[in-house]
Amino acid sequence: MPWVPTPAACRKGSWRVTADRIADAIEPQIPALRRYAYALTRDHAAADDLVQDTLERALSHWLLRRPDSDLRAWLFAIQRNLHLGQLRRTKRRGPHLALEDAPPLPTRPLQESALEARDLLAAFAHLPEEQQSLLLLVGVEDFTYQQTATILGLPLGTVMSRLSRARAQLRDILDKGHMTFLRRVK
Amino acid sequence: MSPIGDDDLQAYVDGRLPPERLTALEAHLVANPTLAADLARMRQQRWDLRAALQAKAAEPVPARLRIAEIRALRRRARMRQLRFAAAFIGVLLAGATGGWMARDILAPDRAPAMATMDFTRDALAAYRVFVVEKRHPVEVGAAEEQHLVTWLSKRLGRKLQAPALDGFGFRLMGGRLLPGTVVDTATGSDAGLAAAQFMYESEDGRRLTIYVRAGSGAETAFRFNQSGDAATFAWIDQGFGFALTAASDRAELLPIAEAVYQAYEQADP
Repeated sequence: MPWVPTPAACRKGSWRVTADRIADAIEPQIPALRRYAYALTRDHAAADDLVQDTLERALSHWLLRRPDSDLRAWLFAIQRNLHLGQLRRTKRRGPHLALEDAPPLPTRPLQESALEARDLLAAFAHLPEEQQSLLLLVGVEDFTYQQTATILGLPLGTVMSRLSRARAQLRDILDKGHMTFLRRVK
Repeated sequence: MSPIGDDDLQAYVDGRLPPERLTALEAHLVANPTLAADLARMRQQRWDLRAALQAKAAEPVPARLRIAEIRALRRRARMRQLRFAAAFIGVLLAGATGGWMARDILAPDRAPAMATMDFTRDALAAYRVFVVEKRHPVEVGAAEEQHLVTWLSKRLGRKLQAPALDGFGFRLMGGRLLPGTVVDTATGSDAGLAAAQFMYESEDGRRLTIYVRAGSGAETAFRFNQSGDAATFAWIDQGFGFALTAASDRAELLPIAEAVYQAYEQADP
C-alpha cells in the first residue's frame, strides 16, 4: 500500500475489538434483512443489493446510532428507507407496468401449497409498499407494534388501523381470485 | 372491561393478545361467527406469508454480505478516494510549483524583476568595461580606502563600505563613481543617479565587482544571472540595488553574495 497511517498499536487493537463487536451484532440480522428485502423487491439479486446497501449504510452510520436504540429495528428502518428511495427513483424514470410483477400462468400442474404461495405472494405484490411493510414487519419479522411504528415513522394508533386495512385488502384480493384480480389491475 | 377494538383483532391475528383480552374476545367471537371466520382466515394468511418467505431467511448468506466483506469494500473505496485526492493534490502542487518556477519566464515584466534586471545590466556593463583595464582599473585605490568609502557614501546618499572579502581570496583594489543611467520610461529623460563600483582581485588575477545604485525599487531576494563567463547576484535592499559580478559560477559566488549582503545589512544604521 502506498500510504498507511500508523496509529498506536493499542488503538489499533481496540478498533479490532470494536469492529468484531459490530459484526457480531449485525450478522445475525442478515437472514431476516434478506427476507424483508426479497419480499419488497421480489428479485433475488436486487434484494441482496438492497441488503448490501443497508449494511454499508449501517457501518458508515454506526456512530450516529442512538446507543439505546434497538439494533434490529434500526437496521430494518435503514433498509426500508433505502427501498423507498429506490422506489421513488424508479417512479421518476417511468411508470411501472403492474402486470410484469404478476407471475406467469403455470404451464404444468404445481403442488397445491406452492400454487397457494404464489397466489399469496402475487396478491401481496400488489399492495402499496406501506401495507406490504406493515404485514412483513409485524406478521413475518415479529416486531412489536411500537417498534413497527418507529421503523415506519408512524404513530402507534396509525399502525394499528393501517395494519387492519392491509389485512383486509390482502384478504379481498385473495377472495376475488387470481384471474379476477389480474383483470381488475389491468 | 373495555369493548373489543380493532387493535384487539389485530393482536389476536398476531397471537399477541393478553390472556384476559383473549378470553373476552373468544366470548365475543362465539356470538359473531362471521368475524370469527374472517379472523381465522387472516391468521392463516399471516402464516402463509411467513411460510412463503421462510425459505429466503433459511438460505445461506452470500459471502458478499459478510460484514468483513462490506468493510473491505468500504476500505477499498476509501483508498480509491484517498488515491484520487492525493493524485489531485499532486497535480495541483505540480502545477503550482511549475507555475512558481516559471514565473520569471511567463511574467518577465513584473516590476521588481525588471528593476533588478535593469541595474544588473548597468552593473554588468561597468564590470565588462573596467575588469579588463590594466592601468586604471579603479579611480581611487585601496590605499585610500577610507577616503573612497566616504566619498562614494556622500555621492550615493548612503553609508557604504567595501566589505572585506579576503576570506574568499579577493582583495580590495579600489573603487569608482559611475553614472547610474536610470532612464525614466515615462518622460524619456535621464534621472542622473550616481552608482558606485568596488573592485576586487584574487591572487590569480580574477576580478570581482560590487555595484551599488540608489532608487531601484522594492526589496527582492537574490537573483542570479549568468552572462557568458560573468556571473551576477543582484538584490535590492532598503532602496538600493546591489550587484555582485565575477568571472565565476553560482556555487562560488553565492557565499560571497551572502557575505556582502550581511556586511551592508550590519553597516546600515
